[in-house]
Amino acid sequence: MNFDFSDDLKQLRDEARRFLSEQATPAVARRALDGQERYDATLWKAIAEMGWIGAAIPEEYGGAGLGYEGLCVLAEEIGRTVAPVPFASTAYLAAEAILLAGTEAQKREWLPRIADGSVIGCFALSEGTGNPDPRSIRARAVGGKLSGVKYPVTDGGIADVAIVVAHDEAGEIALYLLPLKGVARTDLKTIDPTHNHARFDLDAAGAEKLGAAGGWDQVQRLLDRAAILFAFEQVGGSDACLQMARSYAQERYAFGRPIGSFQAIKHKLADVYVALELARSNAYFGAWALAADASDLPLAAATVRVSATEAYHLASKENIQTHGGIGFTWQVDCHLFYRRAKHLGTTLGGAPFWKDRLVSLIETRNAA
Amino acid sequence: MDFNDTPEEATFRAEVRSFLQANAQPKAGTRPVLRQSGIDAEGVRRCKEWQAKKADAGFAGLTWPKRFGGREASPIMQVIYNQEEDNYVVPKGLYEIGLGMCIPTMMAYAKPEQLERYVKPALRGEEVWCQLFSEPAGGSDLAALRTRAEKDGDDWVINGQKIWTSGAHLSDFGIIVVRTDPNVPKHEGLTFFFLDMKSPGIEIRPIHQMSGARHFNEVFFTDVRVPDAQRLGAVGQGWKVSLTTLMNERLAVGDVQRPDVDDLVELARTVTVDGQPAIRNGAVRERIAEWYARSQGLKFTRFRTITALSRGETPGPENSIHKLVNASKLQDIASYGIDLMGEAGILVDDEVAEAYGMFQAALLSSPSSRIAGGSDEILRNIIAERVLGLPGDIRVDKNVPFNKVPSGSR
Repeated sequence: MNFDFSDDLKQLRDEARRFLSEQATPAVARRALDGQERYDATLWKAIAEMGWIGAAIPEEYGGAGLGYEGLCVLAEEIGRTVAPVPFASTAYLAAEAILLAGTEAQKREWLPRIADGSVIGCFALSEGTGNPDPRSIRARAVGGKLSGVKYPVTDGGIADVAIVVAHDEAGEIALYLLPLKGVARTDLKTIDPTHNHARFDLDAAGAEKLGAAGGWDQVQRLLDRAAILFAFEQVGGSDACLQMARSYAQERYAFGRPIGSFQAIKHKLADVYVALELARSNAYFGAWALAADASDLPLAAATVRVSATEAYHLASKENIQTHGGIGFTWQVDCHLFYRRAKHLGTTLGGAPFWKDRLVSLIETRNAA
Repeated sequence: MDFNDTPEEATFRAEVRSFLQANAQPKAGTRPVLRQSGIDAEGVRRCKEWQAKKADAGFAGLTWPKRFGGREASPIMQVIYNQEEDNYVVPKGLYEIGLGMCIPTMMAYAKPEQLERYVKPALRGEEVWCQLFSEPAGGSDLAALRTRAEKDGDDWVINGQKIWTSGAHLSDFGIIVVRTDPNVPKHEGLTFFFLDMKSPGIEIRPIHQMSGARHFNEVFFTDVRVPDAQRLGAVGQGWKVSLTTLMNERLAVGDVQRPDVDDLVELARTVTVDGQPAIRNGAVRERIAEWYARSQGLKFTRFRTITALSRGETPGPENSIHKLVNASKLQDIASYGIDLMGEAGILVDDEVAEAYGMFQAALLSSPSSRIAGGSDEILRNIIAERVLGLPGDIRVDKNVPFNKVPSGSR
């Protein structure tokens, strides 16, 4: 059994961690948090130049051809920071949608520009409150013109192209490629200002169908694959929170001793460690399923989605708790992760949606 | 990433499979073994027969030196053997402690002629060993133990009491840690021995557990004489020797107790909530999903451990996660399954109770899983201190002579 990343990928991970710890500091995230910028273009450019955005895009479409395990390794490192870059929207959703559903011509047109960072992508699924559900999709395309309201769209205000979930003329759910130049977009305020979020008001916007209509199954397939990549970001973020809490507990003294010597703190952080490791192990299985395009992929995705969402919420809230009052201040970074945890845990659908899906998949497996 | 064996592992696995196919009954389709009761005389006979068969075929003591009947195999081979054996109904519960903890400690500290005498009979299951560590005053705080040994000529004379000794009543020999000097701090006054469990002055009383079973014993020592030649390690070095024993605690790989989440899914398909199968109920689905994610997380954590073993690495304190998660999961799933059954959930007669009564059996046995072999609290301390590097507890008894340490009324 070799249930671990290769030495090459571990080297990639170490390089990514070193780079991001220098270039994607909380100070960079704070420029977005404080509204000075909507994303960090310098960091985005550097990430593109290193080939990360196209890590899983085949070389024939301008990607680095590192495969999905490579993208997973990078996702964990990106998640470890709260980097204000549209990496997930572009690499896990837009590029993946095009790879999954696009025609050869669409792949040739868009993927090289996504891989080199010149095109930022986003994924427009939600139409207001509610978890992913085909019955809540009202957006519709008629004669190559999209109409409807989509919000919130992560990175929607900074993206160049959106993948939009809408009904086609036949009433089938399909994915549409929507170039965003000239499209009416409004920035939205969210709990995680380190990412841009927007509302699209589409009134006969020019779009083209991505491949053939694949119905909701195609959307779900995209969500499944993205959930595994998101999980690596969640694992990275959870680990960052645990390390912050651990360092603080070693340095902070109360009652004449480091607070980390109290079992109330030790046991709390041990529980965070356990949640993190369970999520990490599930994520590894997800990485394998993505790389092998295994039939277990949906089950692997729902499983890791449940455990990674739980782990990041736990790790980020207990990090604040371990810090005490200082952890509740704007200037200490704990809240950046707490915000990001909830953002990642609701994009693609919240825990109730994925738990229900997980049990459905278990039932299907058992019936087989 | 892959889930494949190396060629060497695959060859070994095939060898194990053909041995098991020829000698044991596959588990598939049989009732779960609930381990409700202790081992009776017939159970002992079957354990002995199986162990001899295993040893003769070369599958006992896989990682041990060849001169003691082992194969000097890597620990991954033991994992492979356990994985395969887990698919078969084989008698268990008599040798785990002796072969997993006692004999490895002997191999580290006993004299060559003693190893010559004791190792092979233990390996073939002819002689059974137990481990005498815990005491009424020393559980999680093992080094607080009070059983005394005093030197008398070439012998030591032991007085005191041990508790929670698995299989003492079935054992021929035991390893024991005792206090030889109460005037020094607690870790410094301990010494380690092995002894004959038939020695005069040893009285064994079974403990009636809350589950109704009797797996464990209290062992009382009244002027029990042990030759100094049976000392393991130097006088006063008993704590160090004990750590060797505890490090040999069997790797927690592949040991999932039932009911697990799949049993709960099965149950939720048959019992109803609000006129529908329970599995259609949102609240039930949410709980199933959470336990499934934990179960899978543990399974794949085991795969990571196995990968490390396969590379010749030694798993460290992070391995505590397995028992910590499994024990509470077992207790919680058992409790929830019974809740789903309603009032009939209280039935334990396995002819009448749902799922052969396994939920009820686990409800009553699972509290021990959270205590034995390192309590939840101790395991969390281990993770916090040895994995996360948090500072140790402030120890008020550390530099105090043992006989000056406050001990309360119990």
